[in-house]
Amino acid sequence: MDLARPEVRHRGKQPRTRAGTGRGSAARLGLMAVPVAFFAVFFAYPVAAIVARGLDAEGGLQFGRIADVLAQSDVRHVLWFTTWQALASTALTLLVALPGAYVFARLDFPGKQALRAVVTVPFVLPTVVVGTAFLALVGRGGLLDELWGVRLDTTVWAILLAHVFFNYAVVVRTVGGLWSQLDPRQEEAARMLGASPLRAWRQVTLPALAPAVAAAALMVFLFTFTSFGVVQILGGPTFSTLEVEIYRQTSQVFDLSTAAVLTLVQFAAVAVVLAVHAWTVRRRETALTLVDAATTARRPRGRGQWALLAGVLGVVAALLVLPLAVLVQRSLGASGFGYYRALTREDGGAFLVPPVEAIGNSLQYAVAATAVAVVIGALAAAALTRRDAGRLVRGFDALLMLPLGVSAVTVGFGFLIALDEPPLDLRSSWILVPLAQALVGVPFVVRTVLPVLRSVDGRLREAAAVLGASPWRAWREVDLPMVRRALLVAAGFAFAVSLGEFGATVFIARPDNPTLPVAVARLLGRPGDMNYGQAMALSTILMLVCAVALVVLERLRTDRSGEF
Amino acid sequence: MPPSLLGLEGATVRFGGRAVLDTVDLEVAEHEVVCVLGPSGSGKSTLLRAVAGLQPLDAGRVTLDGRDQSGVPAHRRGVGLMFQDHQLFPQRDVAGNVAFGPRMHGASRDEQRERVAELLDLVGLPDAARRSVAALSGGEQQRVALARALAPSPRLLMLDEPLGQLDRSLRERLVVELRELFGRLGTTVLAVTHDQGEAFALADRVVVMRDGRIAQSGTPLDVWQRPADAFVARFLGFDNVAEATVAGQAANTPWGKLPVPDGAPQGTRTVLVRPTGVRLAPADTGLRCTVTARTFRGTHVAVRLQPKDAPRLEAACALRTAPEVGDAVGVEFDAAEIVVLG
Repeated sequence: MDLARPEVRHRGKQPRTRAGTGRGSAARLGLMAVPVAFFAVFFAYPVAAIVARGLDAEGGLQFGRIADVLAQSDVRHVLWFTTWQALASTALTLLVALPGAYVFARLDFPGKQALRAVVTVPFVLPTVVVGTAFLALVGRGGLLDELWGVRLDTTVWAILLAHVFFNYAVVVRTVGGLWSQLDPRQEEAARMLGASPLRAWRQVTLPALAPAVAAAALMVFLFTFTSFGVVQILGGPTFSTLEVEIYRQTSQVFDLSTAAVLTLVQFAAVAVVLAVHAWTVRRRETALTLVDAATTARRPRGRGQWALLAGVLGVVAALLVLPLAVLVQRSLGASGFGYYRALTREDGGAFLVPPVEAIGNSLQYAVAATAVAVVIGALAAAALTRRDAGRLVRGFDALLMLPLGVSAVTVGFGFLIALDEPPLDLRSSWILVPLAQALVGVPFVVRTVLPVLRSVDGRLREAAAVLGASPWRAWREVDLPMVRRALLVAAGFAFAVSLGEFGATVFIARPDNPTLPVAVARLLGRPGDMNYGQAMALSTILMLVCAVALVVLERLRTDRSGEF
Repeated sequence: MPPSLLGLEGATVRFGGRAVLDTVDLEVAEHEVVCVLGPSGSGKSTLLRAVAGLQPLDAGRVTLDGRDQSGVPAHRRGVGLMFQDHQLFPQRDVAGNVAFGPRMHGASRDEQRERVAELLDLVGLPDAARRSVAALSGGEQQRVALARALAPSPRLLMLDEPLGQLDRSLRERLVVELRELFGRLGTTVLAVTHDQGEAFALADRVVVMRDGRIAQSGTPLDVWQRPADAFVARFLGFDNVAEATVAGQAANTPWGKLPVPDGAPQGTRTVLVRPTGVRLAPADTGLRCTVTARTFRGTHVAVRLQPKDAPRLEAACALRTAPEVGDAVGVEFDAAEIVVLG
């Protein structure tokens, strides 16, 4: 996720419009009303409901429970593990992915575009698929087990590697995206003033990149801190993050108060991370001179650059391509397409329907969730477009990011608890699943559309106006053609995210209407080669759907103006 | 005087308490080409935006054909504006840009096509219709922007620094073309620029602005020959400006007693000495000066002179007779090249 795009300042004089701000903010509040209402009803209310339920005692909230829960040694153990594995994953991801960022930004080699797409595939993959793929690689009976008898699924390395796999693209896109647009002449200027190549890089390029690196690190930390699907599958009984523990407490132990406390803890941690992120974003708003990325890449020169390129290609092959290849190979098994055929059979155990129906469910839910996310996200982005945003609007911006970090499990469980009585009795409605998935999609839509909306020069609208276009017409003629592409990209992201959403969906998807990730998790939870193979087969299907969505995306986004 | 097409009456725009446009009164007659000249920050762009309806007025009013325009949105005013950096629509090709105005006014496809061909012909780019605007050179962009602004046949065409970003030779050629084009079409034009050469070459009338107010208005010749005050004189590039006491045909200045033309205003005044009015003489006659710099200007050499205990003077010398830096010279003044301002 490229949240590190520096704000590109417009060179020309910005027309100052003192008069009319009154009307502007009224319009902005109007635009904000819908997303705010959406978040209030489908995010704040369920989360608050579950927290209240957990802390509920006779006659009031019992905040003493917080201390009690935090005093438990196993809870502290979970907290400690969640934090250190997130830190370790972040460090490891930066270590592995920063050379990749350089290679993608500064070197030009055949097949670069295709490789960029390959690298991005993991990011849009459902966490369940990532977990399953690593299980197939390093788990019991996995590839490494067969070849050398090496098993990592009982160690933390499986989780860390899966997190690197998942977040490699975040670093490459965020840091590399900016790196490719930094003007190389800045470094050349430093060279002309007497700096050695290394010194020039350290003094000129590194400071320009640092905010992007920080932003990428924060996002990776956020994703790994709240990791659910990966840890759920690879963690076994030993390793458990807050999110997994919340799930265990609510769905297996039925200890709501512990779950509520853990939710609050996670909420506080995420709020801190997002606050730091917002701070770095503001610091990043220094005007950098950016150039067309196409002009900065060069063919590799010298042994060092070739070695680096080879190293990065090796890492991509071993860490990103191999797990997916193994996943596909396992899904085929000894019996050809037997596992796939088995998916179509009636299944009496974990499913009331043939597992293959999960594909149709997932697609339907994802389409509905995408529609909701795009409408809500586009309205929010439109409200946030104006730069002279006050504190209220900045708070709104941060609010939109929260679903990325707040426990999806809590949201899902909160939906069940809070939305079950009139006027919002949605528990039996199919719309519940898309609504939960849309919550996670909205931040992606906002981050994709907002920079494009902001980059539309207001004077283009004025040019349209003096040529006779009414404000609405000017928006349609000037803004829409530029935003259309970004909206499509945003829709693609929302679609991929909805397809893969697991934490909330696992609670609210009805047994007879499972989604793909839910079905995979259920199959993995049952013994036997057949179930295992079917899980691999379903994961492969899910991966292909996501990969296709991504390829379409990459075709659409010839410009890299979005933040992801 | 023909009836005025555009009128500004006490037009005022304030940004955070500062008046960027300060009770400006201005009339532009039909078929007139008026050029607003001023340094950056003098409020000239704001003036155009106010007329276009892009900038609401805090006080005063704008009239077009005698009708008050307050409350009329930009797209209904029927004026054209060519933006400083053109603001061509990047996602449309040249024809799409030029056809935009006619399309907004409900022209049919055939009419649009015809109009595009006609205008691209007019601006000298007959074959550019299908080209992408990103592939145009600066001069071509300027022409397309002009064609786009002219396409809906606006009753008033406004140009914001129309040639600002082009290189000098292109600018000099285009300014002649524009002048000729506006004369042929009878277009009413209100242009703003910071370049006096551009303004003088383009305009029937020049309006000099300073800090949101109009400092002087007149024909290019008027303004050039008789700047209204020291600001206008300095803005036009005249540096030999000083306070003086005028009595009869002599002015008491820091440079000594200068002859002034017959009938010059009397009393405490500002006096302007054109560089051509500063005559060099042998060192022992007139005001004694040292040459501190000489700059070759093509047709003449600008010589900077430092008198003792008086402000610097600039003199225009013939190429062959110009003194060297460090030379001591005497200076005499020519009454015909001295203007008493105000």
